[in-house]
Amino acid sequence: MNNGIATDNAAKGAILIAHEVGLHARPSVKLTKLAKTFSSKIELGLSEDGPWIDAKSIVKVMAFKAAKGSTLHFRAHGGDASQAVAALVDLVRRDFDESHGGG
Amino acid sequence: MKVTAVGELHLTGRPASPGLVLSRLFVLDDDTQLSVVSRPVGNPGIEAERLRKAISVAVGQLEEFSRRAESDAQEILEFQIEMLGDEALAEGAFAAIADGVGAEAAWRATLDSQVEQYSKAEDEYFRARSADLADLRDRVLRVLSGEGQESVPAGTVLVALDLPPSRFLGIEWQAGSAIALAGGSPTSHVALLARARGVPMVVGLGADLMRVPSGQEAMIDGERGTLVVSPSEATRAAAKSRETEIGKRRAIAEKFQHAPATLPNGEPVMVMINTAGPDDLVLLDPAICDGIGLVRSEFLFHGATLPDEETQYGAYRRILEWAGRRPVTIRTLDAGGDKPVRGLTIDDEGNPFLGTRGIRLSLLKPDVFRVQLRALCRAAVHGNLKVMLPMVATPRDLSQARAHMGAVVADLASRRVPHATPPLGIMVEVPAAAIAIDRFDAEFYSIGSNDLTQYVMAAARDIASLADYADAADPAVLSLITRTVEHGRRTGREVSLCGDAASDPAIVPHLLDAGLRSLSVSPEAVGLVKAAIAGALDR
Repeated sequence: MNNGIATDNAAKGAILIAHEVGLHARPSVKLTKLAKTFSSKIELGLSEDGPWIDAKSIVKVMAFKAAKGSTLHFRAHGGDASQAVAALVDLVRRDFDESHGGG
Repeated sequence: MKVTAVGELHLTGRPASPGLVLSRLFVLDDDTQLSVVSRPVGNPGIEAERLRKAISVAVGQLEEFSRRAESDAQEILEFQIEMLGDEALAEGAFAAIADGVGAEAAWRATLDSQVEQYSKAEDEYFRARSADLADLRDRVLRVLSGEGQESVPAGTVLVALDLPPSRFLGIEWQAGSAIALAGGSPTSHVALLARARGVPMVVGLGADLMRVPSGQEAMIDGERGTLVVSPSEATRAAAKSRETEIGKRRAIAEKFQHAPATLPNGEPVMVMINTAGPDDLVLLDPAICDGIGLVRSEFLFHGATLPDEETQYGAYRRILEWAGRRPVTIRTLDAGGDKPVRGLTIDDEGNPFLGTRGIRLSLLKPDVFRVQLRALCRAAVHGNLKVMLPMVATPRDLSQARAHMGAVVADLASRRVPHATPPLGIMVEVPAAAIAIDRFDAEFYSIGSNDLTQYVMAAARDIASLADYADAADPAVLSLITRTVEHGRRTGREVSLCGDAASDPAIVPHLLDAGLRSLSVSPEAVGLVKAAIAGALDR
């Protein structure tokens, strides 16, 4: 599942985590670092209706304790909203560029 | 089994990094006791500035470590640096400071609550992150108190409640160094580092560890997860020869580990693993085994209260998901004997091994038993689950347990709760069951060689001086095993063996001679057992 829908300067997307151990330390570092490269406000939720947290804060992302098999929902507002969501969804789809778990 | 020799203290924990070391203990100060120094609290502006500064100094220290570290360590440090650099981490502390709390107390309280949240996580990976948070907490507190980095003498067995990764990185590890922790986890960052650096490590040795003074000699075995304080000459000698043996055998084991086990004539043999719970599976590759032949469900019953249905369901499901399509045999609670459970087992039985244990206890406490059966039947939809009853001595034990399962299944069906009815088998460990095995209409049989041996030989497992009697290869024991295997073959029912005997490469040939073609062994024994099956070890 990954559907990116862009309107003016807002975007949404969702993707299933296939990473062996879920949104764990290393994946969270990668996700928040990538999010911080965009100027848009980017939020992360475990369902379409939130609750939403700041996808640029590793403290908050880790506190989600998202396990393998959870669906991550992204929403962004700002000039580069759709690029941001597309990049984050792609990172999760690439399994955070990791071939194995751990960390 | 607890071996005892004069003057030795044996502690058992969980293996976290392999290797055998004989050295002196060095007890690391308990960092959680870092005092909140009684200094006058400055105005909120000053306190906030002190905390901001301390955090940035701590980030600087971690960045310095990171420059010197290897890649595994760098990723861990990067995580810590990101956490510490995230304003959200200290938000609560700055709010408390604005209310007049000092920097130390505010920081400690904020991080304590984070540590606690992580330590309550269901997933061991997240639970293990509490050590990272505690590490950050203490690093900043040390900066606030003006303390420097500590030094640990080279070539010692470091003893601590837990060891944060950044402290690990601050220590120079040499040959002869090892780590013994009272708490900790094999999936912690520090365990990962220890394995990467080849530092032997055992975790979960318990509070007794902290009572042992620095300077004592000790032998730590990172493969078995044990620590022996003041080892005798005999223990040392045994360790020396084991070390040589380990090296040789590891090479053989690695060669055989990942391939399916076959006899020299090509006939396949199932090699499954025994496990004490989902946490122990985290580091294992399911591909090394044909399934799990024994899950000791006692791991769920070590808390202050009995585990509820959801807790049990979650744990069973994690185990099944780990195994994928491979079969998983979960044994219902085997409390009693040498495994008391607070508030459940009967305390003062004169002879607990012959007492109210295993299925006897479950039938006596149907409320507890049915919660477990419900959780098992619900979890059964997530994999290939089988359920096994311990200590069955009469056909009535089996039929009563089956009636409980029937009632549980009927109830789940009427409530439309997703569930499945797993095959119900029995442990063959009471001689009465082995001798009259054809009376037991179970769907499968699993021989519990430890108990079967102690009951056949009338020698309690916990008496070290009787250890010579505890021989699963005794002809009397083997004849009961053969009998059970033959009954299984005649009636088309699977027979496996899940006691320690299956993990002993010297006994494996006897078990194969008895006709067994399915063994369940401790995970670290898989490679060697497969080698023994292939006839690649000296008999």
